[in-house]
Amino acid sequence: MIAVVDYNAGNVRSVLCALERLGAKAELTCERDRILSADRVIFPGVGQAKSAMVELEKRNLMSTLKEVKRPFLGICLGMQLMNAFSEEGNVDLLSLFDNRVSLFPQTEGVKIPHVGWNSIDVESSPLFEGVGSGSYVYYVHSYYVPLSPNTIARTNYDGISFTASMGKDNFYGCQFHPEKSGEVGEKILKNFLTLEVE
Amino acid sequence: MLAKRIIPCLDIKDGRTVKGINFLSLRDAGDAVENAARYSQAGADELVFLDITATVEKRDTLAPLVRRIADRINIPFTVGGGIKSVEDAYKILDAGADKISINSRAVREPELVTALSYRFGSQCVVCAIDVRRNPIFDSEDGEGWEVYLDGGRTPTGIDGIKWAKRVEELGAGEILLTSMNHDGTKEGFANNLTRRVSTSLSIPVIASGGAGSIEHFEEVFTSGCADAGLAASIFHYHEVDIMDLKRYLASKGISVRL
Repeated sequence: MIAVVDYNAGNVRSVLCALERLGAKAELTCERDRILSADRVIFPGVGQAKSAMVELEKRNLMSTLKEVKRPFLGICLGMQLMNAFSEEGNVDLLSLFDNRVSLFPQTEGVKIPHVGWNSIDVESSPLFEGVGSGSYVYYVHSYYVPLSPNTIARTNYDGISFTASMGKDNFYGCQFHPEKSGEVGEKILKNFLTLEVE
Repeated sequence: MLAKRIIPCLDIKDGRTVKGINFLSLRDAGDAVENAARYSQAGADELVFLDITATVEKRDTLAPLVRRIADRINIPFTVGGGIKSVEDAYKILDAGADKISINSRAVREPELVTALSYRFGSQCVVCAIDVRRNPIFDSEDGEGWEVYLDGGRTPTGIDGIKWAKRVEELGAGEILLTSMNHDGTKEGFANNLTRRVSTSLSIPVIASGGAGSIEHFEEVFTSGCADAGLAASIFHYHEVDIMDLKRYLASKGISVRL
């Protein structure tokens, strides 16, 4: 069973639909036991970092998520929340990764949010097995995670190279939406559903 | 590089895709879910569904249809038509849409744009703006545009360019800009209008109305500075193949998802 973390974040329906199309059995849940006993955990999210952290705290999910030992995938805001701090509401995050989530700089002629299909440069990772650099994925975000040693895919938006995907131990994150990224996204989700952690 | 998006638009009536010319005389263009799945497989970057009769006939929008679409397709999609409240929008987003689009209601109740943006995030909120040329609003480049509501039936006396700036301030995350003069003509997009709006805003602009050939998309992305190009009939009736269009754009140095 795949646990999809329920914390009142926007549009989890598309993640559930994507898992169903791939034939995976998914359950939307905020129960500690269900999350910790799941075969895999997906941490989705569209919304604002600070209000999302408030919702996680309300449900006592912070420690639960950190204790997950099985493959874990944060998507979009979900990935951002796995870092240490976000400028969006100036809030401390889960600190699974030691990065600061920053707002894209407001420069003349650059549109924010970064919306649409952009290409990724991937490094060797089981999450990107069979996915080549130059593949396009779908983004909607205004804040980004800088490049770090945990970056496993990067994207460039108007001169800023940022973390498209990151991974450490059993914890993975995608800033883009694999559930909305056509066949490339389905391949990445399939990889996540089959990858193993040591 | 961020890719320019190609967006087929499906005007919906009773679950069927329809297409009118200059907002009138509807023709049936097939089942909405089947069309959506076909476009998704054919290389569309995103889909827009507009329930074109919703405002006039006061019908509810199409949550069950949205759910069926979300089950089938793996690319983002926007749903508009008849969304009058945060609750209406919630039903559509909860059914699996990625964004909602509002048009007439935004003019009549501008604070709804702000409320939607606050509740769901600006990335969820597309403001559709239908405009028709009107010399009263002429500016230095000689093209004035007036906002129309109710599927093009009701003139407002509002300057389209100013309204676009206003909806950005109100919290819209994207603008779907349709020139009624160009819609259905297949003679090209309103490139000057699109450039004026796109370059004066910091949110993406989807150009709509007038696509008749692959060259028209090239023009709207280059001289029109559009972030996305939307069309209906040329895709519905297989006059333009989406992948052929994208390969053509790529050959012209325009970044697209291939």
